[in-house]
Amino acid sequence: MTDETAVLSPSTVGPERPAAEGGGRGRPGQVWRSRRYRWDLRFSPYAFVAPFFLFFAAFGLFPLLYTGWAALHQVELTDPDSMTWVGLRNFTRLWDDEFFWNALRNTVTIGLLSTVPQLAIALGLAHLLNYRLRGSAFFRVAVLTPYATSVAAATLVFVLLFGRDYGMVNWALSAVGFDAVDWQNGPFASQLAVSTIVIWRWTGYNALIYLAAMQAVPGELYESAALDGASRFQQFLHVTVPSLRPTIFFTCVVSTIGATQLFGEPLLFNGGAGATGGSDHQFQTLGLYLYEQGWVNLHLGRASAIAWAMFLILLLIAGAARLLRGRKDGSR
Amino acid sequence: MRSLRAGRFTYVVLALFTAGSLFPLVWTAIAASRSNTRLAQTPPPFWFGGNLGHNLRVAWTDANMGTALLNTVIVAGTVAAGTVFFSTLAGFAFAKLRFRGSRGLLALVVGTMLIPPQLSVVPLYMLIAKLSWTDRLQAVILPTLVGAFGVFFMRQYLVHALPMELVEAARTDGASSLRVLWHVVFPAARPAMAVLGMLTFVMAWNDFFWPIVALTQNGSPTVQVALTGLGRGYIPDQSVIMAGALLGTLPLLLVFLVFGRQIVGGIMQGAVKG
Repeated sequence: MTDETAVLSPSTVGPERPAAEGGGRGRPGQVWRSRRYRWDLRFSPYAFVAPFFLFFAAFGLFPLLYTGWAALHQVELTDPDSMTWVGLRNFTRLWDDEFFWNALRNTVTIGLLSTVPQLAIALGLAHLLNYRLRGSAFFRVAVLTPYATSVAAATLVFVLLFGRDYGMVNWALSAVGFDAVDWQNGPFASQLAVSTIVIWRWTGYNALIYLAAMQAVPGELYESAALDGASRFQQFLHVTVPSLRPTIFFTCVVSTIGATQLFGEPLLFNGGAGATGGSDHQFQTLGLYLYEQGWVNLHLGRASAIAWAMFLILLLIAGAARLLRGRKDGSR
Repeated sequence: MRSLRAGRFTYVVLALFTAGSLFPLVWTAIAASRSNTRLAQTPPPFWFGGNLGHNLRVAWTDANMGTALLNTVIVAGTVAAGTVFFSTLAGFAFAKLRFRGSRGLLALVVGTMLIPPQLSVVPLYMLIAKLSWTDRLQAVILPTLVGAFGVFFMRQYLVHALPMELVEAARTDGASSLRVLWHVVFPAARPAMAVLGMLTFVMAWNDFFWPIVALTQNGSPTVQVALTGLGRGYIPDQSVIMAGALLGTLPLLLVFLVFGRQIVGGIMQGAVKG
């Protein structure tokens, strides 16, 4: 691909020339021009897509493969240039590492706790936004504002809201007669709190994606359903949801990828106490564990092994999703 | 599309959603205007106090906020400009030009979206360490300068928004590809370019993982990096932390206030498959 872009460059550098030359001169000029025109047609598409692939090769593909190579070495952050070959030791260690399995479990639990309610709520919210509304533009922007809030800013305020002694959430709970919850140290409570941050930030975004898909559903479907005497809720269940299936699948994939790389929320939910994900690692995710191994414990090789384990898990999920979708398509 | 009129129930629920979406932001401002002692009392404050100016000043100096904001503007601005430019080029090629392997390459672009950045973070760090780029802004700019999302977004837009006849008419006039790009594609793509620019700016502003790895709080942090270092005393001052969070979020909220509708439109446009 790079060769072709090199061929292309002389013809694209001076775009003003074909027009400036005007009517036909001698034959050689015309031959040269038509040849240049052909080259331009043939190779400029590659030149246009080249920047993306060059950047991807340099900052995406190469590092991804090199991660696999680094995972087979002992590398320390303090001296990243000296790599000692250790074979599969980083991986076998990971296999026996209770913190790795803990982080994997937490990632799955927090992933489910954040993704499932988030998408369900987003679907309902989109349904409401799809009505003819006064101030619909306001509502759409309002539910999207959490998306403009950074992970850091959002997590820092939620740490306070979920504070055990003086937090707003516990104050509200006690006001209606419940006991205070230790949102930081309770294993399940802390995971629920971390999930809440994710849900808060992303529900509005997903609702807008569903809303866009809902607006593309042909109105006749609703009319005929209404003629059959379907209530609004039944219409939602039997017309809207089936029409949205591809979009729902798409958001599930995106949210799952997001969930596997969850990092900032659990890091900062620890209130400045480091990358452990709580005193008992109760909300440490894989992304956070990778960071702890690499940039707190300085073991870049072991961090690479975690990265490849994450990659493997993602491939498994992708395979499962493909299977699931293939079966659904087949049954229709 | 149908347009049933909304009932009262719908408005009540939407109002609740709006309140839930805005409350943490409003409360950030409330907490930032109080003192640390007041935040350690029950019930928590529900209205603004008089400490905002003081807290903002402390956050500004303690967290290197001036540098951080400037750095973030540079990073997010460059990334947004680069993404818009390169994505329009590639999106145009994928949408309107016929070339060998275009389908496969487009599938590859979409496939790269599935790779989380964490998978490549170790070698990337080794790379910038070797280049002595740690704590330099190019370390966070270059790896995110073009993304698959932008390419796909522009492609989806141009498939419908750019009539093929326009491209062909310019071609018959003997225009080169660059001319076509400049005089036909860019004007047609302008609305989508603006939206993509804003979306990318927001994403780059809020980017967390890689900046945390590549930059340090006392060197040249972005806002997100600076925020992690705020109030890290023996007794962290929560009201100062909230003031910092407010400082780091306000610029984006302003962008939302002005361009919110366009951003909403962009997200919804990107969602519909072409």
